[in-house]
Amino acid sequence: MTASIATAHGAAHTAILGIGSYRPSRVVSNDEICRHIDSSDEWIRTRSGIIERRFAEPHETVQLMSVEASRTAIERAGIAAAQIDCVIVATVSHLMQTPAVAPLISEELGATPAAAFDISAACSGFCHGVGMGSDMVRCGTAKYVLVIGVERLSDITDPTDRGTAFIFADGAGAVVVGPADVEGIGPMVWGADGSKFDLIRQNETWIDVLNMEHAEMPTLRMDGNPVFRWASYEMAKIANEALDRAGLTVDDLDVFVPHQANMRIIDAMARALKLPDDVVIARDISHQGNTSAASIPLAANALLESGEAKSGDTALFIAFGAGLSYAAQVVTLP
Amino acid sequence: MASTEEIRSGLADIVNDVAGIPAEDVQLDKSFTDDLDVDSLSMVEVVVAAEEHFGVKIPDDDVKNLKTVGDAVAYIENAQNA
Repeated sequence: MTASIATAHGAAHTAILGIGSYRPSRVVSNDEICRHIDSSDEWIRTRSGIIERRFAEPHETVQLMSVEASRTAIERAGIAAAQIDCVIVATVSHLMQTPAVAPLISEELGATPAAAFDISAACSGFCHGVGMGSDMVRCGTAKYVLVIGVERLSDITDPTDRGTAFIFADGAGAVVVGPADVEGIGPMVWGADGSKFDLIRQNETWIDVLNMEHAEMPTLRMDGNPVFRWASYEMAKIANEALDRAGLTVDDLDVFVPHQANMRIIDAMARALKLPDDVVIARDISHQGNTSAASIPLAANALLESGEAKSGDTALFIAFGAGLSYAAQVVTLP
Repeated sequence: MASTEEIRSGLADIVNDVAGIPAEDVQLDKSFTDDLDVDSLSMVEVVVAAEEHFGVKIPDDDVKNLKTVGDAVAYIENAQNA
């Protein structure tokens, strides 16, 4: 006979309850980058808006940066690590394929036996995690979900590749997603387009690398102009859709936190969205570089810590990158 | 159907809007990169604005062939007549 299986019930509303980030200690100037590529400080600033970026030192591992960012997020959320039911880590640069890094981070934080796993959605991974975490809390699968975006892209960037060497950087950001009295996380708009998989990708598969006479670490490659076009214009449509799904317009926004891919994309998107002048736009890329999955929590936390944004502000997150994949949602800042 | 001069003039306004280049400098024989200092990312913005303004499609693969203002004007003319 078919038994009657109980249905899980979760919270009516969810929110980001706390946020934290970790910036690696080493500041890397454009001049240092230009020792390996034929470029200049001025060229890099004009094309990307990047003035300097952070590279992790050897001891600043994916795990260490994640744990530091998470401790701040958990403390600000006002919960204990033991209350976390699930740890989601968005990363493409934890260079140990098995097991995932999430269980190690969970264990170090004291969240064991929380469910813990990594997701591979590149630059859009953090927003995927926020949406998934929110849905878990809504469905009763978890009460508190820790979502981490972390990268050590300097490990998988070719310092001599003129198209990417000046862009990618390292860092971590984390948020705690949990139940709330009013809605704090709007519906996620997400998707992927595998027909454009080769626009941003690892240059060689691990198997191909192993078969080379002189094996070299595979590194990231990007076809800049098509990516710029897709990100600036197609993604503005996705951002509008996320606003629409949340029942809001740009006039309701206090803060715009797009993935910190390139200042020129941020500017073009802001123009395409026709953001009102009083909307604060995250421009963390100027001093942090493009940290892929870590860029949105790093940028949002920077605005909160500087006072440019405040708790309770309505913010639009939109992330996009390799896949090509994307995800966006409107949130209330913690 | 727009004339060559109408397309050049419309394109000149777009280049002015995107890259701040005086519209009168945007002449058929000028190279976007060498003469007008329009970098590759600005070129993408020009192309997207031109698609909307002229009601044509300019795929990524064709953008790299548009070296001069004349190339772009001819491309738009052909696309409009297609």
